[in-house]
Amino acid sequence: MTTLTLTALVALGSFAAGLLGALTGLGGGMVIVPLLTIVFGVDIHYAIGASLISVIATSSGAAAAYVKEGFTNVRVGMLLEVATTIGALVGAYLAGILSTTVIAVIFGLVLLYSAYLSLKPRVEHVVGGPPNTIARWLRLDSTYPTAEGLQPYEVQGVPAGFGLMGVAGVLSGLLGIGSGAVKVLAMDQAMRLPFKVSTTTSNFMIGVTAAASAGVYLHRGYIDPGLAMPVMLGVLCGALVGARLLTGARPKILRLIFSAVIVFLAVEMLYNGLTGKI
Amino acid sequence: MALREKSSGHRLGERWTDDELEQLVGNLLRYGVLIAAAVVLFGGVLYLAHYGGGHPSYHVFAGEPASLRSLHDIFFGALALNSHSVIQLGLILLIATPVARVALSLLAFAAQKDKMYVVVTAIVLGLLVYSLFFGRV
Repeated sequence: MTTLTLTALVALGSFAAGLLGALTGLGGGMVIVPLLTIVFGVDIHYAIGASLISVIATSSGAAAAYVKEGFTNVRVGMLLEVATTIGALVGAYLAGILSTTVIAVIFGLVLLYSAYLSLKPRVEHVVGGPPNTIARWLRLDSTYPTAEGLQPYEVQGVPAGFGLMGVAGVLSGLLGIGSGAVKVLAMDQAMRLPFKVSTTTSNFMIGVTAAASAGVYLHRGYIDPGLAMPVMLGVLCGALVGARLLTGARPKILRLIFSAVIVFLAVEMLYNGLTGKI
Repeated sequence: MALREKSSGHRLGERWTDDELEQLVGNLLRYGVLIAAAVVLFGGVLYLAHYGGGHPSYHVFAGEPASLRSLHDIFFGALALNSHSVIQLGLILLIATPVARVALSLLAFAAQKDKMYVVVTAIVLGLLVYSLFFGRV
C-alpha cells in the first residue's frame, strides 16, 4: 500500500469515527486506536499519539460551541483538572514502561465498560444535596439555566470526584482517549452535578487533559506527522458534519450500532493483545 | 497582547464581563483549532506531494527522529517548509489551544482577584507548560 492510499483510508476511517462519535455523543477517540492497530496494523504507541491529537481537536471544537450556554462550571472544571493533568502525566509515564500486551488488554476492558455504560439507560440522578463544607469552602456551588430560569445547585462528594478524575486522567494519558465516560460518571454520581453541567464541564476538561499527555508523547517521539495528519483532519471533519446532522438523526439506533462496534473492537483488542499480535 | 486589543476599554486590572470572556474563549478555541487544522492540511499536502508514492511502515515502532520531537527543531524545520515539521507545528498549535484557554482563565481569575483559583489554575498551567516544553516524566 502506498502512503497516499494509506493516508486516504485512515482519513476515511477517522471521518467515520468522528461522525459516529458526534452523533452518538460517545466520542470518536475511543475507536481510533483499535481502528489503527487492528485494521491498519499500526504500532499501538503511534496509534495512541494520533488518537490524543484527535481528542484535543474534537474537544476544543465542541467546547467553542458550548461556551456561551452557561452550563460549564469553570471552578469545578479547573479544580478537577489538577487531578486529571497529574493523572495524564502518570498515564503517559506508564505508557512508556508497560508492555503493549498490557496496554491492549486495559484498552479492551475500558472499551467493554464504555459499551456497557452507553447501553445502560442514563437514570436521572439526584441533583445536589445538603450544603457541603468542602464545596462551600472551594466555592463550587453555582447555577445553571433551565426552563424555569437559573437553578442553583450544591456540589457534593468533592474528594471522591477528585479521585475518580485522577483515574480518568491516567486512562487518558495511557490509552489516548478522552475518558469522557469516567469524567461524566464522577460528576454525575459522586458530585451530583446537573446533567448538562457535567457533560459540558467534562468536555471542557477533555482537551486540557489530553494536552497534558500529548506534550510528553511528542517529546518521546510517539506522534508521527504522517499518521496524525489524516487522523486529526478526518475526525475533525467527521465531528463537524456530525454536529450539523444532529437534529435529524436517530441517536438510539446509532448508539446501539456504535456500541456493537465498540464491543467488537474490545474483543479484538483483548484477543490480539493476549496473543501478542499488537 | 491580543487580550488587551480585544477587550479594548478594559485594562487587565478591571473585571471582564462574563459575556466578553465567553466570547474571547469561544474565539480562542475556534480559531486555535482552525489555524492548527489549516497548518496541518498545508503540511499534509506537501507531505503527500513528496512521499505519497512511498511505502510507510507503522508496524514497527521506531520513534520519531529528534528533529520532530523538539519544539525548536520543529519550528525551524517548518520555516524551511519541511513537510513533516509543518505538520508537527500544526499539531503543536493544536496542543497549545487548550493551554492558552487555561492561561486565559488564569488572567480572568486574577482580574476577579480570586486568589484561590489563581493558585489552582496556575498549578494546571504549570503542569501543561512543563509537559509541552520539557515532556519528561
